[in-house]
Amino acid sequence: MQAAHRAGLPGQRWHFQHGPIDLVIGADGTPAAVHASHDAAWNRFASILGELVSELAALRAPVGQTCPLHGPVARRMWQACHPFRAEFITPMAAVAGAVAQELIGCYQREGVARAWINNGGDIALHLVGSAHVAVGLCSDLARFDPQAGDVPLDLDFEVRAAMPVRGIATSGWRGRSHSRGIADSVTVLAATAAQADAAATVIANAVNVEDPRVVRRPACELKDDSDLGALPVTVLVPSLPHALVREALSRGRARAQALHRHGLIHAAFLVCQRQVASVPPRPYDAPDSPEIEGRALGSLFA
Amino acid sequence: MTEHTKTDGLPADASIDRGLPDAGLPTQDTPAAGKVVCNACPVLCQISSGRTGACDRYANADGVLVRVDPVVMLRRVLAETPGAVVPFLARSPAAQQALVADPLARQDEVFVTGIGSSTTYPDYKPAPFIVASQLGGVDMVTVVTEGIFSYCSLKVKIDTDRWLGPEQAAVRCRGEAVGHVTTAEYGSQMLSLGGVHHLTGGSKKEGRVTCDMMEALANQQPMELTIDGGAQLRIQSARAPWVNGVEEHRMRVGCGSATVGIFAQQFLGQADEVVVVDDHITGVLTQHQAGKCLDMRPSGIRIRGRRSTPGRYFQVALPGTGWGGTDLDDPLAIVEGWDPARAWPGLRLLMVSTTGEQAAWYELDEALVPQPAALPAGVAAIVERIGENCEPSTTSVLFLGGAGGSLRAGVTDNPVRLTRAIKNALVNVTCGGAPAYVWPGGGITVMVDVARMPPRSFGTVPTPALVAPIEFSMRLADYAALGGHLDAVRSLADTLAHGAWHADGAPRSRRMLDAPDGQRWPIGSSPWLG
Repeated sequence: MQAAHRAGLPGQRWHFQHGPIDLVIGADGTPAAVHASHDAAWNRFASILGELVSELAALRAPVGQTCPLHGPVARRMWQACHPFRAEFITPMAAVAGAVAQELIGCYQREGVARAWINNGGDIALHLVGSAHVAVGLCSDLARFDPQAGDVPLDLDFEVRAAMPVRGIATSGWRGRSHSRGIADSVTVLAATAAQADAAATVIANAVNVEDPRVVRRPACELKDDSDLGALPVTVLVPSLPHALVREALSRGRARAQALHRHGLIHAAFLVCQRQVASVPPRPYDAPDSPEIEGRALGSLFA
Repeated sequence: MTEHTKTDGLPADASIDRGLPDAGLPTQDTPAAGKVVCNACPVLCQISSGRTGACDRYANADGVLVRVDPVVMLRRVLAETPGAVVPFLARSPAAQQALVADPLARQDEVFVTGIGSSTTYPDYKPAPFIVASQLGGVDMVTVVTEGIFSYCSLKVKIDTDRWLGPEQAAVRCRGEAVGHVTTAEYGSQMLSLGGVHHLTGGSKKEGRVTCDMMEALANQQPMELTIDGGAQLRIQSARAPWVNGVEEHRMRVGCGSATVGIFAQQFLGQADEVVVVDDHITGVLTQHQAGKCLDMRPSGIRIRGRRSTPGRYFQVALPGTGWGGTDLDDPLAIVEGWDPARAWPGLRLLMVSTTGEQAAWYELDEALVPQPAALPAGVAAIVERIGENCEPSTTSVLFLGGAGGSLRAGVTDNPVRLTRAIKNALVNVTCGGAPAYVWPGGGITVMVDVARMPPRSFGTVPTPALVAPIEFSMRLADYAALGGHLDAVRSLADTLAHGAWHADGAPRSRRMLDAPDGQRWPIGSSPWLG
């Protein structure tokens, strides 16, 4: 059995890994405070996977009325998913964000101006004073060349300390977690990483249309012990007619708008087959915007 | 006699299994039909055939648990993004044609390491990667595999004079005996950790803890250890050691006598007597040959301990974590008294440790009793210079393993020829691209500094045993002569595109890393023979 592992990355970042958890962590501040934060985060990290595994059966069960969980990370997952319990959802929908959020607490101390923990695209932030982070959405990962210097961004924005945003998450059918929708990516800004993670999952599921060309399979046939059981998940989305994509996006946008009204998210960016929708709305949104170039979409964080 | 955690005989499950299925990691529990249990992390996924576990790092390939980590390659001039994972493509005639255009395949710039390469089972099958390349127009070949090492250990050099524990004392990890304190070396304490007797000769738990400890230290991770009757340690490759919760900063400049000798001239005129406190040899300036050569007036100081030669004393105190590796907090404890015929009121005495980390200044009063006083600037400058001449204290972790066994069959059908070819300097041996010292004598016993290897080079199997990368590079003609598996040789271009020669548990992708600066390029270098 392999224990948790960490390795330094260029730019004074850290990579923490344990089993299925991969984190990339960066922090700015006084060297002593940053060092102490990294040490605290590493100490905390060692036991997180074990805590989650000890309650894994309950974490894979649908969210109900009362929380059956005990660990702090597990409870945070459940709480982030609780607003969405009217549809099928398990606490696992927020696992990546909740883990990042647990560790970002280690950076909330005097001397650390800014910190970010990226858990496979689900990001927890620590920002104080005038600190901000730049977030880019890159529409085509194939075009992305880190050595070229400039990154072809299709959307970029800043998260400033004054904004009520400490979590960014992305979900889509191409990602590692299964999605029931056809969105290439749904990126959500929310108060916490766990909330962003759960909301991105829910909105990405809503970006959907019934069409026989979309290939779906029961989740349990793709991954053993999937929390989604026999629910169909998307495995292939061929190029679809423009109008069909627009319909899927508008369903997703409606879901995002509802979450926005209830104060569950700060903003969402939905991308499907070169069409974009945003909540709150942005000028380039579908249906009037020109198509953006490219195929694979993902979020990029620097 | 090996100190074991429990010495109640050898459990039945602790036999040394050298014939383990290499690519397949056997599992402990009985899983549901057709599934394998992955015990790489606490999630313990039960994985169906053809699927990956929750992490996507392990998979069930026809009932065998395989790692799907990319094989690591080193590149001298990096164009590809470091660390990016590039999937291999299936071999086909069309793909063969595309190879020629790959600029990466410039023949002398890429080295395929054993890291993530997997192994082949049974042993007589050729190693997963047998890669042909060119060096200065000469055809070369590198045989790449991950060896399973039941016979292996870590030799750990800890730069400190602090007393860590008696020689032969057991070193424990999580309460289990995992090694011992061995002979101290210059300025350093030495540990010998792991080894076959702890891995497989003790209890099952001792073996597992030993294996985990070795993997962590070899992968350049920190590890907490305790020594019976000695210190508590936190060590990590290429990092300063922590002894009893205190970080060690400096390796001593020399023993107390050497320190007196090095700095004697600088002390002349600044101090009337200098005592360099050291657990090994405490030096006393005016009695030492160095002081005599400078015509220094004898101070009349009397030092406890056993006098070796003039001005050099053994055993002035007990070993410990105080001044100069002794148990002293107050250095005056080693001063027995002063000869009233020689000492004089106002005599200026410096006591200093071998790292300059501790220093105290005294002047003798009318009754010839040392009274503490502030360190004069000139003396402080010399103390600082002692510190400046100490190298940073670090921990060196060397992996030592025997590659002389069955893994040789993956290289040649006549294994002894590989052993002989290495001893004849025809075959270079590297571990993850890092130079491996080949011990003299029989077998292929290699030793490598884990700090020179890429991160996460090591793995484990439940035997328990360590998995380490190993590569054998030689001229193609020499490979043919020693009975190599020529049918399994693939060009570097082919390997870059398609990976191993076989698909049975072999890695499905590759990851390119920068070759470390200042490291000999493995291809075309001679082996590092003892």
